[in-house]
Amino acid sequence: MESRLINDLKKIVGEQNILTSKEDLLCYAYDATPGFSHMPEAVVSPADTDEVSRVLILANNEKIPVYPRGSGTNLSAGTVPTKGGIVLLMTRFNKIIEVDDANLVAIAEPGVIVAELNKAVEEFGLIYPPDPGTVTTATLGGTVSENAGGLRGLKYGVSKHYVMGLEVVLADGSILKTGGKNVKDVAGYDLTKLFTGAEGTLGVITRIIVKLVPAPEAKKSMMAIFSNLDNAGKAIAAIIASKVIPATLEILDNATIRTVEDYAKVGLPIEAEAVLLIEVDGIPEVVEKEAAKVTEVLKANHADKIQVAQDAAERDKIWAARRAALPALAKLRPTTFTEDATVPRSKVPDMIRAVNQAAAKYNVTIGTFGHAGDGNLHPTIVCDLRDKAEMERVYQAMDEIFTTAIRLGGTLSGEHGIGLGKLKYMEDQFGAVGIRTMRTIKKALDPNCILNPGKLVGEC
Amino acid sequence: MNKDKQLLADIEDAIANCMKCGNCMEVCPVYKEIQSEAAVARGKISLIEAVLSGNAQITEGFDARMAMCVSCKACAAKCPCGVKADELILRGRQAAVKARGLNPIKKKIFKLLANRTLFDLALRMAGLFGPLQMKKLPGHLAVVARFPLPGLDRRRVLAPFASTPLRSQFPETMPIEKPRMKVAFFTGCTINYVYTDIGRAVINVLKANDAEITMPARQHCCGTPVYMAGDVELAKIFAKHNIETFERAHADYIVAACGSCAEAFKIEYPELFDDDPELQARAKKLAVKTYEISEFLVDIVKFRKDKLGPINAAVTMHDPCHMARGIKVTTQPRAILAAIPGVSFIEMKEPARCCGAGGSFSLVHYEVARKINDRKIADIAATAADTVATSCGSCRMHIIDGLVQNGKTQDCVHVVQLLAKAYEAGKVSTPAK
Repeated sequence: MESRLINDLKKIVGEQNILTSKEDLLCYAYDATPGFSHMPEAVVSPADTDEVSRVLILANNEKIPVYPRGSGTNLSAGTVPTKGGIVLLMTRFNKIIEVDDANLVAIAEPGVIVAELNKAVEEFGLIYPPDPGTVTTATLGGTVSENAGGLRGLKYGVSKHYVMGLEVVLADGSILKTGGKNVKDVAGYDLTKLFTGAEGTLGVITRIIVKLVPAPEAKKSMMAIFSNLDNAGKAIAAIIASKVIPATLEILDNATIRTVEDYAKVGLPIEAEAVLLIEVDGIPEVVEKEAAKVTEVLKANHADKIQVAQDAAERDKIWAARRAALPALAKLRPTTFTEDATVPRSKVPDMIRAVNQAAAKYNVTIGTFGHAGDGNLHPTIVCDLRDKAEMERVYQAMDEIFTTAIRLGGTLSGEHGIGLGKLKYMEDQFGAVGIRTMRTIKKALDPNCILNPGKLVGEC
Repeated sequence: MNKDKQLLADIEDAIANCMKCGNCMEVCPVYKEIQSEAAVARGKISLIEAVLSGNAQITEGFDARMAMCVSCKACAAKCPCGVKADELILRGRQAAVKARGLNPIKKKIFKLLANRTLFDLALRMAGLFGPLQMKKLPGHLAVVARFPLPGLDRRRVLAPFASTPLRSQFPETMPIEKPRMKVAFFTGCTINYVYTDIGRAVINVLKANDAEITMPARQHCCGTPVYMAGDVELAKIFAKHNIETFERAHADYIVAACGSCAEAFKIEYPELFDDDPELQARAKKLAVKTYEISEFLVDIVKFRKDKLGPINAAVTMHDPCHMARGIKVTTQPRAILAAIPGVSFIEMKEPARCCGAGGSFSLVHYEVARKINDRKIADIAATAADTVATSCGSCRMHIIDGLVQNGKTQDCVHVVQLLAKAYEAGKVSTPAK
């Protein structure tokens, strides 16, 4: 980048809030997605909306790419600065502006860590439900932009179900305000939803109004072991059909069970085809009733063994298996891809089988675990990025996994977003008209294509 | 491939295991203050990767970023992939030393360190003439500089150098009647030259438990400071010297009153001699009989509780990084405090979070170290304890600095000092039988 532009940026954010040395830039060349890396030309940390606006005016005039970024924990290469330019680091936007318990709403800046927001609302007996695995590191702005989900997605949904309003700086530097504290608000296009999950391609989020919900008074966890995958699948559908919506309904497949057991020795039977981990939450009486119902359904669907946690320690023990899933798989090989192909929940066994077939066909190691209740699976491919031949097979297996998900009526992403990682399958899911519509929106809002260019909708 | 890069190539596989998930960002005390990716493990690992792939050189900037780490091991403890980032960062520092040499100030200090006699003389002189330069602060074992010192922040609160080092205050061996065991005390530099009060407490406590003590006179710095700075060759010289010295002591056990010193004997020395099986075997022999003092008293000695008198203190505890994540000794110091009559123990929030001292880190990066420490002081203040117990001289000094800077009146002592005090109180309340 020309020194003239660097100087202009320094004038906007102050000299100490811009990084240009090679050593620093190398540290912003990646996010948590394997296989994508590109150095930016400058890392700029604005302090307020006005500074963001001025940076965007400059970038728009000069046609410099801008990559908004929080903690960079995302799994779709959404924050990799593939065309150089500016990484717009939003971590200085770290204030929780208001917790309005009368309206069950919080207003926060995008750089707030999600777990910090939850800590702040906890004292009001409230929670902000989206809880991605990286909740203690990820920023609110990042999770809103990626439309992140989490373990509680089945009952509580993903980020977009909680975003009520936004302040967004558009590509030309103008400042847009959407939504508000109103529970019922049907006026106009839903711009709030449009920018939620836009992965930074349409604007830079500078303020977020989120919906909060009462913290559940009680929780009950249980684990069921199945020697037959289909029975596990039937149990998943039957639990929901019995009108119980668990907060969490997770599945581990055989490959994951074996790996977890080998690594963490939590007492899982390595011959089992599937383990379901279930948690119901809510009012104590209801929780008891629902837990009993779930147990009944599990038995009716031939669970070999059902364990219901009687206290916090037993609850911890049950979830230890789920927590160990990713680390255990990740330790097998140097590189770990955690995908999030999602299918209607009735198709979970089909999807798991298809993943296993792809693993065998291409001779790659894949463990599948994930949020079975909402059909959001995490086929986790472990490999070595340095082995070109293996990577070739890995990408072929990935192709098969994503095309299968779409064939089963599923979606490319349940919670990680598209970014660059899944760009090539977008047309399969949305069709030519879908992609054209998205690109039209992108072009209308960002005619010079400076915002996170090349991501989500590709070149425009 | 040149030699500097070879050092990094050895760890290429370990580096590849980092999936850049960013979990280290949650626990990194330096990142919390600086908010720059280069401050956190995943950033540093990326820099090492860039050097390996030829995208970057080992520059002054590389060196500076590798130095931005308190070596608290929190990232390694947190990593879902088991990447030992703390060790990889050390390797990065080693490569930097190989490629660019040590920074001139460190070089001078290490040169002094390497010469045991000269080192001893210099620190004794500091003890004798220190009062001219250092002003005593009331209430704490603490001083501040009267005049500016190179490389030292003017505001920084230190401890005075002892006018007589610990090892000169006592005979090399202290025989007792009917000893249960012979213990070799590795004092470490901080206890020998600065916090002799900790050393005296160790001696008294060991005596109260019928241990014959020997403090090998020729013992030298454990080497951790130079190892952490990336100077492995010098660390090996120190290690070899200490191995030889403690072999000659023919003790049943080796005891240190500092997590880092204990870690050096227990973990680092055997690792340092990967390429020298003979010396490695000797290091391992010493490693298995080395204990940190609290660990030793609780696990081995089953320290006497019948002779303990009451101490009225509200105590909270700071776990040094190398205790909590290095040698994993956290329950034993608490067991000691729990045994002392009159002590009310109040756990602080995140007791094992780094206090910011980080060995020489706080000397070079005082501003950042101060900010990290302010969080610790706030956690201490929130407990309403009047005493902070810890197990590391360097932490003690940094915490006292923080207490003074924040206008707090709590004192900070080593766990073993409270125990020694309780034995002392026991003598008063129960006259000799």
